[in-house]
Amino acid sequence: MRGRALAATLIFAAFAAVPPLAYWANDPYLIVIASRIVAFAIAALALDLILGYGGMVSFGHAAFVGIGAYSVAILGQAGITDLMLQLLAAIVAASAFALVTGAISLRTRGVYFIMITLAFAQMAYFFFVSLSAYGGDDGMTLSSRSTLFGSDMLRDDGIFFYVSLGLLGALFLIATRIVGSRFGRVLRGSRENALRMNAIGFSPFRYQLVAYVISGAMASVAGVVLANQTKFVSPAFMNWHVSGELIVMVVLGGVGNLIGAVFGAVVALVLQEFLGAFTDHWQLWFGLILVGVTLASRDGVGGLVRRLTGGKR
Amino acid sequence: MTNLFLLQLLNGVQLGILLFLIAAGLTLVFGIMDFVNLAHGVIYMVGAYLLVSFARMTGGYWTGLALTLPTVLILGLALELLVFRHLYDRSHLDQVLATFGLVMVVTEAVQIIWGAAPLTAAMPEALSGSIPLIGPLRYPVFRLAIIAAGLLTGLGLWYIITRTRIGMRLRAGATHRGIVSALGVDIGKLFSLIFAFGAMLAGFAGALVAPILSVDPGMGESVLILAFVVIVIGGIGSIKGAFAGALLVGIVDTLGRSFGPIVLRAVLEPAAAGQAGRVLAPMLVYILMAMVLAVRPAGLFGAKA
Repeated sequence: MRGRALAATLIFAAFAAVPPLAYWANDPYLIVIASRIVAFAIAALALDLILGYGGMVSFGHAAFVGIGAYSVAILGQAGITDLMLQLLAAIVAASAFALVTGAISLRTRGVYFIMITLAFAQMAYFFFVSLSAYGGDDGMTLSSRSTLFGSDMLRDDGIFFYVSLGLLGALFLIATRIVGSRFGRVLRGSRENALRMNAIGFSPFRYQLVAYVISGAMASVAGVVLANQTKFVSPAFMNWHVSGELIVMVVLGGVGNLIGAVFGAVVALVLQEFLGAFTDHWQLWFGLILVGVTLASRDGVGGLVRRLTGGKR
Repeated sequence: MTNLFLLQLLNGVQLGILLFLIAAGLTLVFGIMDFVNLAHGVIYMVGAYLLVSFARMTGGYWTGLALTLPTVLILGLALELLVFRHLYDRSHLDQVLATFGLVMVVTEAVQIIWGAAPLTAAMPEALSGSIPLIGPLRYPVFRLAIIAAGLLTGLGLWYIITRTRIGMRLRAGATHRGIVSALGVDIGKLFSLIFAFGAMLAGFAGALVAPILSVDPGMGESVLILAFVVIVIGGIGSIKGAFAGALLVGIVDTLGRSFGPIVLRAVLEPAAAGQAGRVLAPMLVYILMAMVLAVRPAGLFGAKA
């Protein structure tokens, strides 16, 4: 646990150092990438909460990211540009969607669960594709970033980055509290053996559903950040590739230790930027690396990372 | 109105048949090997691309098809040998990761080889016309041929699974994998066979639609997710379920898109009905899936959840 706290401190310190570094190197693009990484780190963190601690492999978390992004766009078009109100709307909408789809998906296990969460995300995708008032398939450009306490200070990339990082930090602390609580223990117990949890008087379904809703709400925050960062929303945010990449991030960083998900988001996005700089076909190489790493390590990518780093985390 | 309904019903059946060819292989892999295969959709896509190339090379649809099928079969065997075989005893998470990576690789490779622009294949001469159904209504022969080919394949699958020794092992392997292995059946060989055969069916489906749909790098994804819905509705591992689910999804999707707005117009303003219809129609199959799951969590023909 000590090591993990140290890793978290290091990663957040490294994040905080990005804007000064970008000004020093005169490369504002660094802040743009870092903001994007923070957004995906939030979503990966949310996914790790249910995947790592609840054993629920959700292949539809991009839907929540999309709901968050569209909350910004839809409220913004209605004249409500306050970030806090938009966050609230995103969380309420994502929780409602998670409650309904989760209640149905959690009736099933294993392969079924993976496919059903994917199908529901695809449903959300098609819903926004056919919503022509908000750009339909093409998406829509936002006129400006959200306002914070009536001021448009988020226009500045640096301030926006620190606000996003603050959101990630707050959610990380909340998630840490959740997994350390009695609720978190019941969740882990349900992952290991639902039958026994039932026998000692807990209903795994209710705990898993609550966790699913919390995770969905957290992922919607990622969408709010992402929409603001790109000043653009489109159904592509909830494409199933995004859900897949979120799983990749969680696994890259090591399943079930929260800060790993944040680290995984950094690794995955930096790797994509790196490959993208060399070739237009970065997906080919990213995919090959993914297949190779998964095959090479008996206990998954996390195991390979653990073996390469020499210690057990 | 009746004519339009009949026409759309046939289109729905044709989409259903196509989904059945894709879902059949997928449901066996899911059910018997308990294996999540996200790469099934790209095999369908590769089937379509191969047909386009082979048909152009040889100058005919039939020769193209004759070359496509064994090529996809070999591709399926190669993928099984190189990737899938090493994942059977892994967690679902690892399977998701590796096959997701494979989707990225194949999609990108297809764009490198064939380019990102949509391609089309020429329809075979003999099947390019249309025949009269009722009154002035005509229907393309090729689409009818797709329905017939799918039905024949379904019949063949039913025969293999219920009447032959391989089918018997397959059914046994689905329920009692360990026992079948202990009785001296080479379960690894059985798995390779199922996998390659399923890949060939998906490739066959791709080859069938190449003349009527645009062949593009995104064609595998939408179909893969619809095939998932089919399998969830029908019940994992059940060919019968895949058939029923595929027809249900195909018909509901097609009729929903064409008649949803018309039905809604009876209760809503025309403009609102049009908008609501456009939004609701693509979601219809997923709502159907949710309803089936609410009543039967294991699907219509599923044995276990």
